[in-house]
Amino acid sequence: MKMLQASALYPRRRRANQIGLTLSMVAMVIGLAALLWILVVLFGNGLAALDLNIFLSDTPAPGSEGGGLRNAVVGSMMIVGLAVLVSTPIGILAGVYLTEFGDTSKTAEFTRFITDIMLSAPSIVLGLFVYAIAVATVGNFSGYAGSLALSLIAIPVVMRTTENMMRLVPGSLREAAFALGAPRWKVTTLVTLRAARSGVITGLLLAVARISGETAPLLFTALNNQFFSTKMGEPMANLPVVIFQFAMSPYENWIRLAWAGALLITLTVLALNIVARVLFRDKVKS
Amino acid sequence: MIDAPEAPAETAAQAPAASRNALEIRNLNFFYGNFQGLKEVSLDIVERKVTAFIGPSGCGKSTLLRTLNRMYSLYPGQRAEGQINFYGQDILDPGQDLNLLRARIGMVFQKPTPFPMTIYDNIAFGVRLYENLSRSDMDDRVEWALSKAALWNEVKDKLGQNGMSLSGGQQQRLCIARSVAVKPSVLLLDEPTSALDPISTGKVEELVHELKNDYTIAIVTHNMQQAARCSDYTAYMYLGELIEYGQTQQIFFKPKRTETEDYITGRFG
Repeated sequence: MKMLQASALYPRRRRANQIGLTLSMVAMVIGLAALLWILVVLFGNGLAALDLNIFLSDTPAPGSEGGGLRNAVVGSMMIVGLAVLVSTPIGILAGVYLTEFGDTSKTAEFTRFITDIMLSAPSIVLGLFVYAIAVATVGNFSGYAGSLALSLIAIPVVMRTTENMMRLVPGSLREAAFALGAPRWKVTTLVTLRAARSGVITGLLLAVARISGETAPLLFTALNNQFFSTKMGEPMANLPVVIFQFAMSPYENWIRLAWAGALLITLTVLALNIVARVLFRDKVKS
Repeated sequence: MIDAPEAPAETAAQAPAASRNALEIRNLNFFYGNFQGLKEVSLDIVERKVTAFIGPSGCGKSTLLRTLNRMYSLYPGQRAEGQINFYGQDILDPGQDLNLLRARIGMVFQKPTPFPMTIYDNIAFGVRLYENLSRSDMDDRVEWALSKAALWNEVKDKLGQNGMSLSGGQQQRLCIARSVAVKPSVLLLDEPTSALDPISTGKVEELVHELKNDYTIAIVTHNMQQAARCSDYTAYMYLGELIEYGQTQQIFFKPKRTETEDYITGRFG
């Protein structure tokens, strides 16, 4: 009797298993194919356009030959760099507050709610906001405004990952530090934050990856600059906006440059993601 | 089941003469929110002796230990009522400086909890909190603490390695060394061997034997043989109440209460 039931059950489960596996494999293939397609097109067009000149000369004027992306690469690095400098301390401290100090307080709950909204806010809205407070009031576009807009995107990301990573630290570790007579701030900085270190750095890298490709917030803030400039108070060239403008232009050399820029950004983001993954894997292992 | 423990036999005779109480617990009630975890517990923990707390899971033995260093104060909603006299000061006094208290009453937990730093810094961490030692004094203290925990010979060549790289048993001895390093007067051990293999367990038990020359030790254990082997006094707890408390030999050989007898003979629990 038992055998009979089992023999009817087994083929059915096998079939269900096969159907489930097939469906998920198909989904995986579709997803992977799309990604590969993007990469193939990107590398095909981007590698053809990539040469040393990209890093040595600036974006060309309409109608002129050649040109490079030097001003855009440097501008992007400065804008993103400043945004990271601003958002790292704010994001990490806020994340630490949420787990170690605020926890279930009203302030913490409210902060979490706002963070959720900020995380899902369309970046163009943040760009417009910064335009209204830091561009329209001053009267000119600037790299600073660009950094501010990117910081608004990065802070909630850093904050959320810091909070999550701090939560992964077992309570017993905190208790052990308290049991030695350590005050709360020392427990937090010397033990908990340290234990969560690689996770927090992973969050930072992911935030950098996220903001280095953002276009919409920079469109209203840093705008663009055809010339090489390191003045953060003025409009600044940056890769995403250059790609946006050049890709839609009628000039063939501009379109080539847009591909090269797209490849550069993709490679950067890819590298950041890989480093973040390696770091996080080490953390999970230990 | 129970081998007659040698050491308690000899100390039991001397105990009445030289005994002084490190901790005097009076009418202790403990609440997790509305749930009462301890009910009217009163007992004395004798200085430089090992006191074991036994009883089934959830009986309140760990809770009792966690009131002794006010660990529960980390969590809102947990509170204790009553008195715990610790050499003249009331531990439960709301004005008690918890950090200083915890520096004097150390605790080792069930799971080894090495800090994410080097072996050396694991030991030095607690010492640096309250003492400003020169490099060489600190070296000496680290060696002293690791020797006390019978770990020095195993780690002396790798003090710069991460504490997490040690085996489970070594990690637990590292945690004991870390607590010993700050020179507390009382050591609370909360099931210190339940995550360890028998050999590491044996080492920790030997250690408890050694340490009681200098420290008052309270140990929570699920393992009755362990209580019989390494304690001088034993308290049996059940459902938040202290059922019986006395010298370990008496508790294990001539328990006064039938509940105690049922538990230690394995008829219950």
